[in-house]
Amino acid sequence: MSLLHSASKLINLNIMLAKRIIPCLDIKNGQTVKGVKFVEIKEVGDPVELGALYAEQGADELVFLDITASHEGRKTFVDLVKRIARNINIPFTVGGGISELSDADALLNAGADKISVNSSAVRNPQLINDLAQNFGSQFVVAAIDAKHNHGDDWIVTVNGGRIPTDKKLFSWAKECEERGAGEILFTSMDHDGVKQGFANQALAKLSDELNIPIIASGGAGAMEHFKDVFTKGKADAGLAASIFHFKEIPIPELKAYLNKEGIPIRL
Amino acid sequence: MIEKMSDSSDSGLRTSDSQNIVIIKYNAGNIRSVMNALARLGYEAEITADPLKIKEADKVIFPGVGEASTTMAYLRETGLDEIITNLKQPVLGICLGMQLMCSYSEEGNVDCLGIFDEQVKKFQLPEPNNGNIKIPHMGWNKITNVKTPLFDDSLEGEYVYFVHSFYVALGDDIAATTEYILPYSSALHKDNFYATQFHPEKSGSVGERILANFLKL
Repeated sequence: MSLLHSASKLINLNIMLAKRIIPCLDIKNGQTVKGVKFVEIKEVGDPVELGALYAEQGADELVFLDITASHEGRKTFVDLVKRIARNINIPFTVGGGISELSDADALLNAGADKISVNSSAVRNPQLINDLAQNFGSQFVVAAIDAKHNHGDDWIVTVNGGRIPTDKKLFSWAKECEERGAGEILFTSMDHDGVKQGFANQALAKLSDELNIPIIASGGAGAMEHFKDVFTKGKADAGLAASIFHFKEIPIPELKAYLNKEGIPIRL
Repeated sequence: MIEKMSDSSDSGLRTSDSQNIVIIKYNAGNIRSVMNALARLGYEAEITADPLKIKEADKVIFPGVGEASTTMAYLRETGLDEIITNLKQPVLGICLGMQLMCSYSEEGNVDCLGIFDEQVKKFQLPEPNNGNIKIPHMGWNKITNVKTPLFDDSLEGEYVYFVHSFYVALGDDIAATTEYILPYSSALHKDNFYATQFHPEKSGSVGERILANFLKL
């Protein structure tokens, strides 16, 4: 069998793995919120109800991000995760404020399938190793917020995009993989909230350079943007928030469209 | 399809009082999700490592997320290895549970329970990796060639949720196959033992139908 022949055969086999559509719910004090460019915040309802609705409509996974700062809020979030786990029959990731093993342990015991770490991992990269060793790579999503500088130069930011760091997107993503992260969730701060499409060039480069799944975040505004992120952006999953929360793009319609466009999708 | 779903959950509710379901507790992550899934179907289950309770249960579920060699060492230390192997009631292994029920795993190069005479191997990335194939195999993929009472015909070609870096090579005990990098066994069956590589407890309504089928055995 020629090399070319075997390679194309493998691509065909891989097509059975569906691209994932992931609604993201920002949680504050037990309620869903979505910031537009991380500033203006609007309430959109009960996270468990909304999550169950998305699961029923065909969401492939869910992400719940806790943006509560207070200690009381953290406890509320763990209780919320327990309710999510009891009521939702698809995998879900939780993130926000996880800076120690004990935080992750509490969320695992509450029923979370995966946790995501962002700023805390930038400040303490060893956290990724510790989480992967204790709970397995499949449990650890490295979330990276980055801002485009020029060319292939993307600056990793923390605290919801407010603070630039000395880390660069591609080298930091590779380091996260080497430290044991099971997935990368990349949010382009330039694209987030703008609804003009995902950062496909950077996403494709991430997908080429890493061997773990890439979740694309930031920029979804139309169904075509998801098609582009899976083809041009080579992403394994597309994440979005407001377009789902405000019913701008219903999930069943989006999945039917992607299926028609030849993207492997779970219907 | 919708009719079938309500059928299975109805019958589940009718028999839930009389069924004694046990989930084997061992050093593995997130086994509570199986209990949550059973609760959604109207069943109560107990998570336990008590040999007597496991032996006397009507149904036994052997779930798992973790590493094969350390988990096998733990099962041998606690004597759970012999208890599981000698069970006579319907047993369902999930994910790592399924791999541990095979004869040998490349994960830590360890002899496993040997209930299924099958080999567990590590996925290898193709060279060159033109299709941007990732390891672990994570996400929703199809089950095909389904057979045994675990899968009614309506489940052929349905999507279920996978997370794994090791796979069971095609062999004699196939109950379903899936393709990722290569075709492999995504479910096994032999006598009273059933197993799935995917997570029915995380596979939406399709997964709930599979769990309901197991509970009807």
